Amino acid sequence: MRCTTTDLVIIGAGPAGLAAALEARRRGIERTFILERDERLGGILPQCIHLGFGLHYFGEELTGCEYAQRFIGDVEALDVARRLRCMVLEITPGRAIYAASKARGMERIEAGAIVLAMGCRERTRGALRIPGTRPAGIYTAGTAQRLVNIEGIIPGTRFVIIGSGDIGLIMARRLTLSGATVEAVVEMMPYPGGLMRNVVQCLHDFDIPLHLRHTVTRIDGPVRVEGVTIAPLDDAGKPIATQARRLACDTVLVSAGLIPENELSKTAGVQLDPRTGGAIVDDVMQTSVPGIFAAGDVVYPHDLVDAVSTEAEVAGRAAARFIRGEMVAEPQWWPMEAGDGARMVIPQRIRADGDGEVQLAVRPASPMQNAVLTLHGADNRIIAQRRRRAVWPAEVETLTVDKGALRPGERLRVTIAESPHEDRTSL
Amino acid sequence: MTDPAPPLSADVVVIGAGVVGCFIARELVQYDLTVVLLEKRSDVGAGTSGANSAVVHAGIDPRPGTLMAELNRAGADAFPAVCQQLGVDLAMIGGYIVAKDDSELPILDRLLERSRHNRVPNVRLITGQELRERQPAVRGAGAIHVPHTGVLDVHQLVFALAENAAQNGAVICRECPVEAVLVRNGHLRGVLTPAGEVAARVVINAAGVDSDEVAGMAGACDFTITPCKGEYYVLDKAVKPVSSVIHPVPTERTKGICVIPTVDGNTLIGPTAHDVSDKADLSTTEAGLAEAHSSAAALCPPIELTDVIAAYAGLRAVAGDDFIIGPTKVGGFINVAGIKSPGLTAAPAIAHRVVALVAEQIGPLRQRTDFDPVRPPRPRFSTLSGEKQAELIAQDDEHGEIVCRCETVTRAEVRAAIRGPVGARSLDGLKYRTRAGMGRCQGAFCLPRVVKILAGELDISPLELTKFGSGSELFIPPEADAWDP
Repeated sequence: MRCTTTDLVIIGAGPAGLAAALEARRRGIERTFILERDERLGGILPQCIHLGFGLHYFGEELTGCEYAQRFIGDVEALDVARRLRCMVLEITPGRAIYAASKARGMERIEAGAIVLAMGCRERTRGALRIPGTRPAGIYTAGTAQRLVNIEGIIPGTRFVIIGSGDIGLIMARRLTLSGATVEAVVEMMPYPGGLMRNVVQCLHDFDIPLHLRHTVTRIDGPVRVEGVTIAPLDDAGKPIATQARRLACDTVLVSAGLIPENELSKTAGVQLDPRTGGAIVDDVMQTSVPGIFAAGDVVYPHDLVDAVSTEAEVAGRAAARFIRGEMVAEPQWWPMEAGDGARMVIPQRIRADGDGEVQLAVRPASPMQNAVLTLHGADNRIIAQRRRRAVWPAEVETLTVDKGALRPGERLRVTIAESPHEDRTSL
Repeated sequence: MTDPAPPLSADVVVIGAGVVGCFIARELVQYDLTVVLLEKRSDVGAGTSGANSAVVHAGIDPRPGTLMAELNRAGADAFPAVCQQLGVDLAMIGGYIVAKDDSELPILDRLLERSRHNRVPNVRLITGQELRERQPAVRGAGAIHVPHTGVLDVHQLVFALAENAAQNGAVICRECPVEAVLVRNGHLRGVLTPAGEVAARVVINAAGVDSDEVAGMAGACDFTITPCKGEYYVLDKAVKPVSSVIHPVPTERTKGICVIPTVDGNTLIGPTAHDVSDKADLSTTEAGLAEAHSSAAALCPPIELTDVIAAYAGLRAVAGDDFIIGPTKVGGFINVAGIKSPGLTAAPAIAHRVVALVAEQIGPLRQRTDFDPVRPPRPRFSTLSGEKQAELIAQDDEHGEIVCRCETVTRAEVRAAIRGPVGARSLDGLKYRTRAGMGRCQGAFCLPRVVKILAGELDISPLELTKFGSGSELFIPPEADAWDP
């Protein structure tokens, strides 16, 4: 087995991996290695041929491919070391990486630091426990996206999409433009799972029905999908069988949420947050294992790639400092909790070393009007607050906190609540 | 790419390439006989054999004196050696039959009694306390411990049997239904397939849920198959509540809803048991999920619905309360029907019995000297140590290309599963041979890759690929000019 030692290994060449690698290189870590299992750089971006990327990061509206190409171009220009078609099988807590590739066989790489950037996987029909048959014609939206946009295969002619996550919305438009019919998008919550602009630009603009508060109770068709049964949900979230109806279709796409892909993180002994399914990270994106950092969807599914890049740069910077021995090994942390109204807050803890501002990523638990996001400290004191006219679970909010404002040893908590006061300051 | 057409004639035609039909074919090729195995579906083991508990039972349950009891016992004894020859993993993890409360304890006593009648060794009554010590996640007032309970991958078993039979000269034809059984003057002439007639001296009807229909074709049907559906739910590998097979006390009809560790590290909960009228009805249901979960959680409280990653259903071929194995009024036509549980366990013994029945029909059989019982084991890359994996990649660099991330399946494994006798020709065929697509992402990552490899190896367009045979094409693109703005 080939054995090498290097400074920084980045696992995954999607937007998180690319940004982390570039930042570390720019900070002087010459021996930065990207390991990517696909045959090209870019992660999920090459199959994202739609616009909506880069508005914040570049101030331009780009397609996913164009966004990826900016970073890929820099990686190539700086000649950052990279291995494609290389799958990492295991990471030890001592930061040894086992990776397999056709070109180099099995190899062991000892890394000074690691950035986990493996992204996420999609929730499946099986995990949703939708009863019925198991015919051909059931795909996750992301797999369908790869088939259509990269392999040039349109998998069906009449689609029903389960879940209104962004990938499903984007695919509703893509499939319609490709000559297929999208009969409906079926969403169990009373609000869409994806961004409002996608609901408008992908469903409303194409007259595709969106059935909120509905679920698919059955998929039928013995060998190929022939239809689905949908039913509205009552207040207890149970399907109302008497109002069920059948939609004929030949293909079902599942777009019901993303799950951070952390099998490798587990092999490294990285502690995961049961709320997110991703690693517990601090404000420099270090996990519970010193020298192992994480960024991007592997931490939590981001709604904008721009936020992924910024977050990954934080990780890359920190990894560089760690490699140079400039990072405090076991700092004190302020623990961060997601309180009422907040489904998730990242980071889950803030380091007491260093000062400056920390930007919290907060996912609202439910839609709210006139929302107030509050960071509470000890004895319920308010440390930071922000008002928003409206918040949605699909859109992650930010809240900035100055470390200088925090008291030693206090426990932090973010809440989101509806406030009667009208908002005058937010977008 | 299709299987070869059946020959014009054969000594024995076996109808149905499930575990029973494949055991029979593999047994028959040990003799100086030409053997043809016909399967209507696109792959071997695609019927009930592909959708069951995959448990090799010690033989407590069957009523003493029945064929089920005798063949279960004999089959259980034969299984370890057969699996060794075929390179199939058989994990003897043991089993417990659990009394959920004190009212069920007398049933355990009766089962203990029955185990003695059925000559099942080493069966022991244990207390609720002892059960908790051995299986901390299981709740019960007491249990019977059955050490000679094993689990295996039935697909792997069927593939290995079929490959070994083919390697020894059996002709296996998939997607080849029997359309008629040709009989003249009360004696078998042969069968009719879409590829033409196959003359035969003996026909073995091992057609599972369709065995009554096939027997009817010969005019030799005096039974009815009532399909009894069993739903199963597969739990994520991260969840391992038990280390042995956990059964509730059985009823007259079924062994009940069990918690079953699989040989690959998942856990199954199931099966339910409900008669259905449609032999093509393999749907899972909301009621079935609720029933499976509540029964499993009663035995094993830590089991959560959110642990479920997949579901499937299989149909038991029920023809009464015992196996139907024997000659019929049509000379040369032998029924092997109603093989419900303990059918899998009994299968090796059923095959031996069938050989004797064939000899009764056509005279003493001559044993071959060149039969090779060994089908070389195909170790799974994912189960090997890091060093062994490195060695494998050094031998064949296509082991370095991981195609299925969740189950760590290599391109070399995918390639091997397609090439070779009785190879994969569909997505499910590949899935069941390699486990690609059976992990927690359920194929979302590997599908586009597997599609390319399969289409390339079979030299067909991806649009011709199926999930499990014609009708289940994976991709149905819209017509080129379908979109009318």
